[in-house]
Order: sequence, then structure tokens, then C-alpha cells
Amino acid sequence: MHNENKVPLIRLAKRDMMEPWKVWCIRLASIVLALLLGGLVMAIALPDGATPIDGYATIITGALGKKTAIRQTVKLAVPLLGCALAIAPCFKMRFWNIGAEGQITAGAIAASYFALYWVGKVPSAVLLLIMGLAGAVAGGIWALIPAFFKAKWNTNETLFTLMMNYIIIGVVRWLQGGPWEGRPGSQIIPQFDRAATLPKVLGVHCGWIIVLILVVFMHVYMNHTKHGYEIAVIGDSINTARYAGMNVGHVMMRTMFLSGAISGLVGFIVASGANTTLYDGVAAGVGFTSITVAWLSQLNAFAMIVISMMLAIISKGAETLQTRLAVPASISDIITGILLFCMLGCEFFINYRLIFRSSKTEKEAAKE
Amino acid sequence: MDNNCAVELRHITKRFGKVVANDSIDLTINRGEILSLLGENGSGKTTLMNMLAGIYFPDEGEIYVNGVLTSIRSPKDAFDNHIGMIHQHYKLVDVFTAAENIVLGLDEPGKLDIKAANAKVKEICDRYGFDIDPTKKIYDMSVSQKQTVEIVKVLYRGADTLILDEPTAVLTPQETEKLFNVLRNMRADGKAIVIITHKLHEVMSLSDKVAVLRKGQYIGTVNTSETNPQALTDMMVGHAVTLNIDRPRYENPVPRLTLQDVTCYDNEGVVRLDHVSFTAMGGEILGVAGIAGSGQRELLESIAGLYPVAEGSSIRYTPEGAPESELVGKTPMQIKKSGVALAFVPEDRLGMGLVGSMGMTGNMMLRSWKKGKGVFVNRKDPNELAMNIWKELEVVTPSTEFPVRRMSGGNVQKVLVGREIASAPNVLMSAYAVRGLDINTSYTIYNLMTEQKMKGVAVIFVGEDLDVLLELCDRILVLCGGKVSGIVDARTATKEEIGLMMTRVGGGKEEAVHA
Amino acid sequence: MTLLITLIIAAITYGTPLLFGTLGEILTEKSGNLNLGVEGIMFMGGALGLGGVYYYEKLSSSPNGFVAILVGIFFAFLAGAIASLIFSFLTITLRANQNVTGLALSIFGTGIGQFIGEYMRVSENGYISVSNMLKGYFQNSPFPKGLQDIPVVGGILFGNSFFFYLAVACAVALYWYLNKTRSGLYLRSVGESPATADAAGINVTRYKYLATVIGGGVSAVGGMVYIMTIAGGVWNHEGLSGVGWLAVALVIFCLWRPLGAIWGSVLFGALMILYLRLVIAFIPTQLYKILPYVVTVIVLIISSMRNNKEKQPPASLGLNYFREER
Repeated sequence: MHNENKVPLIRLAKRDMMEPWKVWCIRLASIVLALLLGGLVMAIALPDGATPIDGYATIITGALGKKTAIRQTVKLAVPLLGCALAIAPCFKMRFWNIGAEGQITAGAIAASYFALYWVGKVPSAVLLLIMGLAGAVAGGIWALIPAFFKAKWNTNETLFTLMMNYIIIGVVRWLQGGPWEGRPGSQIIPQFDRAATLPKVLGVHCGWIIVLILVVFMHVYMNHTKHGYEIAVIGDSINTARYAGMNVGHVMMRTMFLSGAISGLVGFIVASGANTTLYDGVAAGVGFTSITVAWLSQLNAFAMIVISMMLAIISKGAETLQTRLAVPASISDIITGILLFCMLGCEFFINYRLIFRSSKTEKEAAKE
Repeated sequence: MDNNCAVELRHITKRFGKVVANDSIDLTINRGEILSLLGENGSGKTTLMNMLAGIYFPDEGEIYVNGVLTSIRSPKDAFDNHIGMIHQHYKLVDVFTAAENIVLGLDEPGKLDIKAANAKVKEICDRYGFDIDPTKKIYDMSVSQKQTVEIVKVLYRGADTLILDEPTAVLTPQETEKLFNVLRNMRADGKAIVIITHKLHEVMSLSDKVAVLRKGQYIGTVNTSETNPQALTDMMVGHAVTLNIDRPRYENPVPRLTLQDVTCYDNEGVVRLDHVSFTAMGGEILGVAGIAGSGQRELLESIAGLYPVAEGSSIRYTPEGAPESELVGKTPMQIKKSGVALAFVPEDRLGMGLVGSMGMTGNMMLRSWKKGKGVFVNRKDPNELAMNIWKELEVVTPSTEFPVRRMSGGNVQKVLVGREIASAPNVLMSAYAVRGLDINTSYTIYNLMTEQKMKGVAVIFVGEDLDVLLELCDRILVLCGGKVSGIVDARTATKEEIGLMMTRVGGGKEEAVHA
Repeated sequence: MTLLITLIIAAITYGTPLLFGTLGEILTEKSGNLNLGVEGIMFMGGALGLGGVYYYEKLSSSPNGFVAILVGIFFAFLAGAIASLIFSFLTITLRANQNVTGLALSIFGTGIGQFIGEYMRVSENGYISVSNMLKGYFQNSPFPKGLQDIPVVGGILFGNSFFFYLAVACAVALYWYLNKTRSGLYLRSVGESPATADAAGINVTRYKYLATVIGGGVSAVGGMVYIMTIAGGVWNHEGLSGVGWLAVALVIFCLWRPLGAIWGSVLFGALMILYLRLVIAFIPTQLYKILPYVVTVIVLIISSMRNNKEKQPPASLGLNYFREER
């Protein structure tokens, strides 16, 4: 009718709901697309004679081919998974905590203090417990600071938590070169005593058991507790939360403390289990990568296991790629990046509907 | 055709789904004249004018601008035809100055000359008697100044036909008077002006002509000098319709909630409730009538503890078989726990009281989530409750976990009202509980209210449709500009009587004298 | 006195890459896009800029310093623009979460930068660096010796690399654009209230895309400047790491004002190297490096407490715009 030339070629509309199988098809397609694009990168990077398929095969066998490889991969996945779990409640609340990097580090510092100075004073099991507890408290406090200012003065939490990362990493550098330095001039903190090291189970430090327990904990916490309910309501509408008598500022601080505490615990696991020392790269970007893990898992605790394993496989496999085919290991970041881009982009097709200008849609419109 | 005619609408029809918002409406807007577009909420005034502003496109009918058949497809088309509309929600950038906001989006040639813009704005202001500083930032401005910026914005773009959508809703009487003077200046300058309103005294004091709409129908246009508020009210509300709502009497109502001098102010310091006093009885439905924004929302929220009341306000509450207590100073949670329930259906339905992303069960939990010891939330009871409401109120939803955001409006309301009733309150407040519902669903809600009344609950029912209020309620309290203009017995009152009480706003006191 | 002067000159050197990074991010954020991928963008700019100059020198029979600078800027800008185009497509068109997309871009960009740096090193058998002759063009002042030798102010005013003057010119240009031009006004309205801009007939999508892509390009030039001046024309990812995040901090510190970013970058530059020059008894030297972040946090807190409307982030920062279907 009159409207004909007003309707743009493509219009957007929010989608009502999509069948689950379609949703998974789209997500799967995005991963396939990412692998194709990643293959393109590999085609350029791989030495002559090797195809992208060889590249992917090397990544898979490098990450999962041998027992030791699997152990390495799991070791990489543990902190990713742990931190993604920590971030989930914040993001559910629409509190954009991008400070997990710093919260891991804060936890690692506190745990290291006890590892370095309490060793021998208490039995190993007690020491480890204290370290874990200290890590959790330190991480929690580090996260509580921005939450406090957000609750009180609505200080932008994204920027605040981001800055907090670099402050605490700077503190580690100072400890490394100053008070906690081992051999003078080495800029290295000494290795922890065995008593302060997480015991191994099935060849990997027992941190993997801790995070698996955390998966169940977080699933229950988010879906079956009063706290989880409060978080969900606040994330949906702050007005409704107030109407229901929730103290929004209080919940924000409590949730951030919990989130920081879990990240801090991960910091303890990494320092005590994987590195057996403290250095400024203790978080090594895990805090950032885990945010993408949490988001792509739709904040679902069990899905996080899959996604974090996927990223760990790429990361571990790329190391093998480097040793076997002389491709720089940073290709893992590139493939990870492409994967993240594709998966982020595909959500659009799940949430929105594209309406093309055509005779069909006009008929539909007329029916309405 | 009258050569004084700026815009003419012929047979304009607009439908939204099944609802006919405008049904073949004719309207003429003349230059050098102020036309009031009068009608109750939902009568289709704004929809009609939005078609001139390029927001909607009519399904049927023609628009003539200066006698030429014109199609207005976008706000830009409207501007090109020198039509400008000032909407109720201002669209301004807070950190910009008035002049910066005014020139926003104009594709004037050459580089930005803010000084020239300031001068031009100043010139427009001087011409019509506006009082704004073009270099002042929006965040430093009062609501009326922001409105002025919106009006100047339209004039700056060369509008000859100005449409103002309820411009006085946010203004104090003094500011209103100032605005009217400006509008009169514009009229003298030959502009065509339409003001959308439902305030009779404004119509009488400002406009030259009045066009009345009722439920999407065009009722007629009269010269202001040849009419009176009584006649206009008759046109606006029409004749009483019989609805046959069952209205039993409760044996002996007892006082449940007594308000004394409840006063409150909004963020801008404008008084929203002005010494409101009344008693709500257990076993009675107290209707609250009034034009939109007369303080209905504030009244309910004050009782629920969600809106701060001024000093000297008192709300005494006497639950069944318990001593009297004061609600002022209690938290919303405490008030709710003591048995005062609020089912407020806001304009966007989901803004308050419901969590859009959750299903019925999750929304039932909004009332009960804190109950019980331990850290776990009880989902079993809320789920049972959700199942009950699902069945009893015939909510259309695939499951109790289906997000309420995706339900249709009527079903969302059933969920909301059902939940509040299920909390077995002593006082049940509902606002616009039947807004946008079809007839059958509306009756379900009326019956629920009556059921509660017969249980001895004090029901406060804020409604829009006078016919419903007259047949459903026992007494009707009429609000006007935040004041109680009277409480009448719903069994004996007439629609005209209430209509007049509704429109006797603060400034209309003198009318009250000779009415 | 000499200590102070050398400190200031060194601070300017360290501040210059930061200034580019910050200016680009200011432009981006003014459109309402919070691009946290600056770190990755600067990595890409550094690696591609270096690569461009290196291969230009290798392929050209008589490399020209001025052309080399242009080549460096071009490749770095291109890298940053492409990276930001990915960000823009995902957040503006596909409406993906900006925080998460920015972090993904950081991962991706540092990966690409690192990969290219490594790849060049491997394919050129070990070590790549541009010649000292070209390095000079990148690092030395473009002004005659006479001006630089003016006592006290000569070195500070005229002794810096070409890029410092270019960055200052960019800052002034950005200031002028944002505050004095029609298009700048419209861009700011998009960042403050996209719905208002949209209603006023401004093409929100186009403004967001252009600001983000150009902003990313400018940020990336900062990475190239770091590699070519401070790192001495050699790929040095350790030195470059963190500069992008510091640029994000500086955007907040200077409260989204390009002119404020000039002295802010010098201050941050000074804080980065202060530990080398000035030892204060009570502050361990390693803690100097966190000072930029600490002052940024303080600025962030104070500006939110004061709630001064002029000193806030663009109101729609980090939020995607979707015009609801009517």
C-alpha cells in the first residue's frame, strides 16, 4: 500500500522464542564457521605441505592424545572454569565485573603469604585450608571495594574492576622484587614447600575436584537458593527487586564478595597447585578469558565445563603445534578469538529475527 | 475549502490488531486558532495526532495540508509540512545546552555556528515570550523549561502547526499560565495549535474550539464560547452503560485503613498528593476515580510504603482482630507482611511487580522468596500456587515456567492480580487491573475483587472506566490534582456527577463555585 | 633541574603511544561504544606497523624516512581499523555484549600481534629490526638543532619525536571536532542518548561505526609508535603489554577530554618511568607503576561521588542501541 517504499529492505524484530534444537544448530554452525576461519589462518601459518586438517589433528592429539597431555589440558581448564563460575552471578545481576584477573591475583597473594611464612608451623592439611580461606577472603575483599562504590555512588563498575586488576598485579611485582624475593636480585619468589602444595589426584593437582564441586555449588546457588533468586530478580529489574523488598546494594556487595572469593580460591589453586609459587603472571589472562567462557555458556554452570575445556584444548594443542610444526603458539589466541567472535555473533540470530521486505511478509502483515 | 484551514483530516482510521484506535475521524485545524482535542484516556487522541507527526501511518483516510493531499511517513515529512508535535516524553540530551539540542539533526549547510543558533533561539523566545537561556544545560532545567526547549525546537524547524500532547500534565499552575500566554502569542502570530488534554478548565480558558473523541470515535467539534463544562463532560463520557456486574453487600463493614492528611511531593518538588484523608472499610470496594496523573499511583504507593510521604501524614491500619498500627515509617516489606497487598498494573505492565524473564512460578516467589528458614528457596508452594492460578484464572501459557514477558497483556495481569489475592491480604489495592483486557477477562477480575470484599477485605480499586467503577464499587473516591474532590456512594452517584468532580482541578476552583 | 627536564622528555616519549591509544578510545567511547580491545588493537598496530616499515625498507632500493613513517602509520591504522570493524560489526550490527566482545578482541589482537611478530622473526631467521637510519626518523625530533638547544624549554618543546607533535595535533583536532563541529555534536548526542539522536534524524549506526573504526585506527598507531620509538624498532611484546589498558585508564583519568589527555599522557608516562629516575624513600620503586591505575580509580570515585554531569562517561557507554519495533 502506501507504506511500500517506507519499509526498509531488512528489518529487525526481537524474536519470541526459538526451538532449542534450532538454537543448538545455530551455535554449532557458529563453531563450524570459526573452525573454518581458523583453518584459513592455519593454511597461511602452517609450513608447506601441512593442511589445516593436519593442524587441527595436531591440536587435538596434542591436547588429548596422551595421558600427560590430558593432564596439562585439564590443568589449563581448571582456572578458566573456576573463574567463569565466579563471574556468573555478577553477570546474571548485570554487574559487569571484569576484575577476575585481579581477584585471582589477590587470592594468590594471600595464599602465598601463608605458604611462605606459616610452613612448618601447622600441618600441611591445615596450612592448605588456611591458604584457601585466605585466598577466598582476599579475593572477596578485592571485589568488594568496587561493589561498595557501585552500591553507594553508582561508580562505573566495569572501569573500576578493570583498574583494580593492574593495581594488584603491580603489588605482586613489588613483592617479587622486594619483601618476598628469594635469592636477592632474582626477582623471583621461592618455590613453595611441599606442605603448601596441593596434592595430586589422578596426576593433576586436586584443584580440578574443587572446581567440579564449585560447578555443583554454583548451579545450586544460582537456581535453588534465596540469594540466587535475588540475583536473578535484580538482573531483570531493579525496580521489581525493590518492590519485593530486596536491598539491592546489599545483594550487590554480597554477590561480588562471593564472586571475588571464588576467584581468590582459584588464585590459591593456581599458585599452590599449578605454579607452586607466586609471580605477576599468576592470572595470565584467565580472568578475561573466563568472562567470555561464562558469557558464552549463558551463565550455565555445566556448559562452562564444555567451553572451558574447549578453550583449554586449543591452548594446549597450540603448544604442540609450535613444537611439532613451528607455528607460533599465539595462534591459540587467534583461534580462540575467532571462536569467541563467531559464538558472540551467533547469539544475534537466536535473539533477533530478520524480516526481509518481500511479498510474503506483507501478506503476513496484512493478516495481523 | 476554508482558506484558513492548515490541516484537514478525512475519514482517518487506525487499528492496532483488533483494537480500532481511531474510527473514521474528520478534523479540521485552522490557522490562528487553538483547538483542544478532548477525551478520556484511551479515547485515541494521541494516536490521531501521531499520524500527523509521522509516528504512525493511517490505515485509511486522507490528510490535507494547506488543501493539498499529503502523505506523512516520518517525523521528517511532518517537519517538511511544517507540522511539529511536542510529545509527553521529552527527547533531549542532558549534557547539551538548549541551543545544541535545538539544532540537533538539522542538515543545515555550512559549519556549526552555535552563536548564530543561540541568537536565532533567542529571537524565537523573544517573539513568543518564552523564557529560556539558549546556553543553559538541560540537566540544570526544570521540567517546564525542558518543555519550552521542545517547543522552541519545533518552531526552529519552521513549524506552523503545533501539536502539544498533554503539555500541562507536568506543570505547576503558574507554569501552565505562562505556557498558555505563549500559546496565545503564537495564535496571534497565525500558528495553528492543537492541545491534547482531558482537563476541562484548560479547555475553557485557552481554546477557541473543542473537538471531542470518545473510545476512538469522533463526537464533534464545538466553539468554546458556545459550550460549558457540563456539556463537554457529557460529550466526553457519554451515557451510562449497564454492565450487570454482580454487587452483593457485605454485612457490616469495619474501618480497616484510615488516611489522615497524606501529602507527598515528587522529585521536582511538585505536590502529588495534597492532604488526602479517607477511610477504607473491610468488606467494601472503594473505587478511585480521576483523570490520569491525579495522584492515583502516588496514593497506592504511599500506602504500600514505596513513595515517601511528607511530615504530618498518617496511615492507620487495623487488621482483623489485631490492634491498630501506623504504616508511615515502615518499610515496604513490613507493610506487605502485615497484610497490605498492592497489585499495580503499570503502563508497561512489567515495570514493577513482575519479573519478565521468569515464569509464573518465579513470579509467585516474588512474594514468598524470603519465607522459611535456610538458604534454599521454596519452589514447591509457589509452583502449586502458580498451577492454581493457571487453572482458576485460565491463564494462557504453555507452562508455569514460560517467561511472563512473552505472555499476552491480559494473562500477565491475571498472574499479577492472582498472586496478590493469593497472599490473603487484609487490604487489596489494584490499579488499572483491567487495562487492555477483553470483556470476559475483565469480569473474571471483577469477580475476584468482589469475592475478596465478601471475605471482609478492604479493596481499593483504581480504575479508568467510570461505568465499571459505578457498578463494581460500593463507594467512589474522586481524586483531582492530588486532592480528594469528594467521596460518593456508587449506588446512587451518576456518571456526570463524577465526571465533573474529576475535572475540578486546583485551578478550577472558581468553576466549583458556580457549578 | 636537568633531572626534571630529562624526566619530562622521557615522560613525553613514554606518553606518546599512550596518547594515541587514548585519543582513539575517546573517539570510540564518545559514540557510546566501550571498546575494551585497545590492548589487542595496539598489539596489532605495533606488529603490522613494524612489519610494514621493515618490509618497505627491505624492498625499497633507497628507503625514505618520511615515506617509512607514512607506511608505518598506514599499516598500523589499517590493522586497528580492521580490528575495530570486527568489534563494530559484532556490537553495533549483531548487538553482542560490548564488554565480552572487547575482551575477545583483546585476546584475538594480542594473539595476532604476537603471531605476526613471531612469524616475521622466524621467517627472517631470528632477528628483525629496522636500520638505524630509519629509526632516527621515527625517534628524533623533526626540528632543527638550534631550536632544541634553547636552554630549559628547547628540549621539552622541540626535542621530541615527530609522533608527539602528531599526537598533540590529533588531540587538538579531536577537541575541535567534538566541540566545534556539527558532526561532532551529533556524534556526542549518539553517545549520550542514541534514542534522541535517532529521533532527530541522525544515523546512529553510521556514527557509531565511523567513530569506532577510526578510533581503533588511531589507537593502533600508538602501538606502532611504541614499537618504533621506545622498543627501538624491534618486536617487544613484553614492553607493549599493558599499554592498551593504561590507555583505557587514561581515558577515564582525563574525563573523556582530548586536551586533558595531552598532559595526562605525559603524567602517566612519567609515572611509568619515574622509578628509574627518582627514588622516594617510602615508596618501593615497583609500586610506581601502579600509580596511574590508582589515580584513575580515585578520579573515577571522586567523579561519581560529586556526580558532576559534565564529568561523567557518555551516558549510553557500553549499551547497544536497538530501536524497538513500534
